[in-house]
Amino acid sequence: MNSITATNDFVIKFANVNGSGSASANEMFARAIIRMGVPVSPRNIFPSNIQGMPTWYELRVSAAGWLGRRGGSDLMVALNPQTWDRDVAEIVPGGYLFYDSTRELPPSKFRDDINVIGIPLTAICAKEFKDPNQRRLFKNIMYVGALAALVDIELSVIEDLLAQQYRGKDQLIEGNRNAARIGYDYAKAHFACPLGIRVERADGVGDRIFIDGNSAAGLGAVYGGATVAAWYPITPSTSVIEAFTSYCRKYRTDPDSGAARYAIVQAEDELASIGMVIGAGWNGVRAFTATSGPGISLMQEFVGLSYFAEIPSVIVNVQRGGPSTGMPTRTQQSDLLLCAYASHGDTRHVLLLPEDPHECFTFTAQAFDLAERLQTPVFLMTDLDIGMNERLCKPFEWDDSRRYDRGKLMTAEELEAGKDFGRYLDADGDGIPYRTIPGTHPNKGAFFTRGTTRNAYAKYSEAGADYIYNMERLRRKFETAKTLVPAPIATPAAEPTRFGVIYYGSTSPAMAEALTLMAADGVHVDALRVRGFPFASEVDTFVEDHDVVFVVEQNESAQLRTLLINEGDLSPKKLVRVLHYDGTPITARFIAGAISDAIDDRKVQPIQTSMNR
Amino acid sequence: MTYLAKPRLLADVQPKNALGFTRRDYEGAISTLCAGCGHDSTSAAIVQACFELDIEPHRVAKLSGIGCSSKTPDYFLGASHGFNSVHGRMPSVATGAALANRDLTYLGVSGDGDSASIGIGQFAHAMRRGVNMAYIVENNGVYGLTKGQFSATADKGSKSKKGVLNADSPIDLVALALQLGATYVARSFSGDKDQLVPLIKGALRHKGPAFIDVLSPCVTFNNHAGSTKSYDYVREHNEAVNRIEVIMARNAIEASYAPGSLRRVVQHDGSVLMLRKLGLDYDPTDRIGAMNHLHERNALGEIVTGLLYVDESAEDLHRHLNTVETPLNQLDDAELCPGNDLLQALNASLR
Repeated sequence: MNSITATNDFVIKFANVNGSGSASANEMFARAIIRMGVPVSPRNIFPSNIQGMPTWYELRVSAAGWLGRRGGSDLMVALNPQTWDRDVAEIVPGGYLFYDSTRELPPSKFRDDINVIGIPLTAICAKEFKDPNQRRLFKNIMYVGALAALVDIELSVIEDLLAQQYRGKDQLIEGNRNAARIGYDYAKAHFACPLGIRVERADGVGDRIFIDGNSAAGLGAVYGGATVAAWYPITPSTSVIEAFTSYCRKYRTDPDSGAARYAIVQAEDELASIGMVIGAGWNGVRAFTATSGPGISLMQEFVGLSYFAEIPSVIVNVQRGGPSTGMPTRTQQSDLLLCAYASHGDTRHVLLLPEDPHECFTFTAQAFDLAERLQTPVFLMTDLDIGMNERLCKPFEWDDSRRYDRGKLMTAEELEAGKDFGRYLDADGDGIPYRTIPGTHPNKGAFFTRGTTRNAYAKYSEAGADYIYNMERLRRKFETAKTLVPAPIATPAAEPTRFGVIYYGSTSPAMAEALTLMAADGVHVDALRVRGFPFASEVDTFVEDHDVVFVVEQNESAQLRTLLINEGDLSPKKLVRVLHYDGTPITARFIAGAISDAIDDRKVQPIQTSMNR
Repeated sequence: MTYLAKPRLLADVQPKNALGFTRRDYEGAISTLCAGCGHDSTSAAIVQACFELDIEPHRVAKLSGIGCSSKTPDYFLGASHGFNSVHGRMPSVATGAALANRDLTYLGVSGDGDSASIGIGQFAHAMRRGVNMAYIVENNGVYGLTKGQFSATADKGSKSKKGVLNADSPIDLVALALQLGATYVARSFSGDKDQLVPLIKGALRHKGPAFIDVLSPCVTFNNHAGSTKSYDYVREHNEAVNRIEVIMARNAIEASYAPGSLRRVVQHDGSVLMLRKLGLDYDPTDRIGAMNHLHERNALGEIVTGLLYVDESAEDLHRHLNTVETPLNQLDDAELCPGNDLLQALNASLR
């Protein structure tokens, strides 16, 4: 048997039972590899359940820094009897199986083309620890210790992490360190350490940070000046508000009074959540909600009000698999059209498309400036893959000279000086009117906000001319938005090419790797990552400059492609679908395979034939 | 109610309140509701209440949902910001607004369709959450704008204009408000201004969720024999438990009533509610008693009105959330943004 040998380049998958406390142990293992200077990217694969169901933690170790999902497992940490057969089957030939050998398993349960490492974790724990709860938790730390020995992670790195995690609780630190050491020593004593796959100290992480996108978005809302958050729990967005809450406690508690410079309300449903956000935005604060697809469906009517009455609101949509309840714990990019055109009538909305936690932070903070500048709903379109997995990313930055852009807020002084106030008047030609907030001036600037049509001075009107004036102004405002949303980022190929690829969001790490894979095979493709909607003019130019443009996205109906065609008047024939939508994060292998195959097909066919799948 | 614009010239001779405002300063656009609509009387009562309380008009935010009643905020307090939101969702919009600026007075106006049907969930949660607002439902038991369908407050057995009998059980918003934790609960009748104006004044000064169910007959679709929400029916079955007078803290309290017939309730802001008992010995600070009384009288076919419940030690949502005294919409960048140094420290902890 050929055992896999690889340094700093392999995939470990942990198969656990959810509710067993394994998540924090697995995360610590990932962090230990980062502390060794080697990039990792973990992904949680979990059910919509609290206890007893299978859950996996897939950890890719990549010296080259590839953060997308690879697929396949070189080392399976099989700790869930329920999923044993499929977990064992998934190991790459020559790979490794790590399991709890307390209970003997028949030879038929193993494969002869893999290396088997059995450690009697349960038995050791039973011997070492009295308390049943300790036995359960220390078992997790014990396998972390054993794995550290097996893949050559320094035990001191694990010990430091434990000391950091349980700072101030010396007894816990010692207990956990002891458990890790027992596992480490057992592996060293019984197996040839390290295995063929191993970690070697490197300098591949740099100053990057390791955080999940939802926490980053919650932090971005704090830095962006949000003071009101209204929300309803829904996977996979809940941790956005949890993070906002804990960062607010930390950074927004008045030092003198101990009172909160924020208000967070768990609403009765998503309709109330967005209603509160709109009420708060109308009254002059920065407010937001976080939700996922089903919540967006419920918010439709209110989103239309926010759009038409021109009230700033920010909605974080951590996308999951749809339609309906769909795949609540799987990832997709399938709410793009739902959000771009949310609500009845002619509506269109600003979307921000972050690729990782760094952009979740930056774009969330920016979303509040955009919402107030444009007086409209702004969606942050993240997804489960970004939101609920920790990812190495650039550190957060904040320019202290930056001031919040409150947009066109007319002040009491301006009103007093007699400045003309027409709430829906296009005073500056950019489509954006001036607004006042309640209580601004004793007898000037008050108006009646409504979802019905009105004239430029906010008086109720169903006159055709007033309606058209308003709709044309809203169109102009959307044109203005094009210049304000984050610009697309181009990655030109090493050689001139007539092929292009457009993608966004969580596809980004897999795409970076796919471009390298393809280039190594002589397939050169110019890439453009869109980061905002409405699309900047560069997007149209990019499509015009290429004969064929692949549109890579994680949904079934090619929603980004539809949006490009609809908004850009682009030729559908040029835009080739590359779609991944089984609920797992897209991989470089998938992208490179799909694009290379399509290009190969194309070489034997005249360029005019349809490439459409 | 009024189809002709009132001449401005008269304004000078009208009485002024302590802030120098006349009643006219609290009025709004001309109503487009039907002549005789109960809602217009309620709007007039709101105008009177704000005038008498010496409220600065621009310090009031008025919010509503959709329907005849929800159109009315356009017809009073023209110098206030108003928000005609979406059907049944005024409570959430008002909640958000109240969170943003705790210093304004929030007045929500809704109807029985808006609050008892499509919006019953939001009504319920605004009450239990303790939003500091006066919430008035103009209750006529019928959908007016869509021409006469029963609403969820229509009594079982009442007859529509077209002769259809209502088979569904009614929702009593007062009973719900009491159960859900509203700390000021009243019922009144749009045709009884003497009772309604003080109840609105008390609600506007109350710190916490104040709810008033105003029976407000629909002259066009629900004012016929067989309706239990008609002017005649409500007048005949009105059983007031008390009369109140709202006295501001700064005014001397004149005891012009016989000793023992008055009860004094001091609200959070120092305003005093003087309650004159009518006949029976009714205690408006006893929530359980109020619920019992309501159900007993309801079983007899009576409509109980007056200040049914008030909690002198009411708390509001801001208190529950421990928000700063400065309105959130007045916090500046420095108070909101933690800055780059703290961010770099956070980065360091994420490595």
